[in-house]
Amino acid sequence: MSEPTSQPATQLPSRDAANWAKPVDGLKVGAISPEATNLNVEGKQLSGPLAGFGQMWQKTYRIRLSGADVTPEQVIKLWKENFPQFWPKGNRFFGGVGIEPGQVAVLNLAGPGGLNAPGGGPLISTGIMVIYADDESFSFMTPQGHMFAGMITFSAERAAETTCAQVQALVRASDPIYEIGFRLGLLKEEDRFWKYTLTALADFFGVHGAEPDLKIVLVDPKVQWAQAKNVWHNSAVRTGLYTLAAPVRWIRRLAK
Amino acid sequence: MAPVKLDITTRKINAKTSILDIRGEVTGSAESILMAAYAEATAAGAQAIILNFGGLEYMNSSGIGLLVTMLIRIQREKQRLLAFGLSDHYRQIFDLTQLDKAIGIHPTEAAALAAAG
Repeated sequence: MSEPTSQPATQLPSRDAANWAKPVDGLKVGAISPEATNLNVEGKQLSGPLAGFGQMWQKTYRIRLSGADVTPEQVIKLWKENFPQFWPKGNRFFGGVGIEPGQVAVLNLAGPGGLNAPGGGPLISTGIMVIYADDESFSFMTPQGHMFAGMITFSAERAAETTCAQVQALVRASDPIYEIGFRLGLLKEEDRFWKYTLTALADFFGVHGAEPDLKIVLVDPKVQWAQAKNVWHNSAVRTGLYTLAAPVRWIRRLAK
Repeated sequence: MAPVKLDITTRKINAKTSILDIRGEVTGSAESILMAAYAEATAAGAQAIILNFGGLEYMNSSGIGLLVTMLIRIQREKQRLLAFGLSDHYRQIFDLTQLDKAIGIHPTEAAALAAAG
């Protein structure tokens, strides 16, 4: 048995201090485009991978930028600056400029093939908070009601003389409704989403026809019944109700 | 792959408790070192794994992801995960990522050992 260790009396600032967001009591959406359907974000708590309901998955999507003369830092810089433009059609990311720790963005998500709700609104309005960002990576954490409870990390690195870009999700379905959806095929839709994103990113760097790899690990096969109550925050249900109530809002506006 | 700047020493305190002294950087590249230290502690019969973060110099979000997957593995093995030695900055990160709700955080090694039982 060896001697106990103790914490240093004086704490020096950590090298990563500027890369991390500060803890928040509730999310606050800053100034975003009026085009956004801003629901299910303001005031919500963050919901990490331990707070979700469904099985926990680690999914790693990776693409090699073969032939592109770019460093990981250049990839991340341009990815941050142009993040929304790589998403599949119909899906919108409303944040500020770039990607900074603490930034909150509203997501307006479409269904397969860019399918929107009647009237052109999103099928799901939810959000993310940027919890970490450095020169080679950045990470989002999801709020209550998002389809996933967890973290998604975007990164780039050199491997075998080639720069690779990667998306890694460590997530559970937030609630039982989403879990059923994922088991019925929505997880595949998530795969299509991030593969499309990486392919579009590769195109941006002049790498055409590259195919992303996908590695899937089932981290926890159990569901967490104690988190079934998360269904109260379900952003798909809440966005659907908002869409259904649109005629009532129109009538009220006309009556004023 | 970035070079790994992490060293972990496993200390067996008693039949049921081991401490992993972490020195350096916890990033995604640290997975094999962290899991090897965990495997060593488990092979020694540890039911309580205590992470000493007093020597932690740097951690990114992939490092947090690594701790989450380690935590799940420990829970599946019916073990417990505790920690001490976190600076105020890393305590904030554990708060932000909600790891502090699942890992018993203690101010000192003595407190962590007492909690481990």
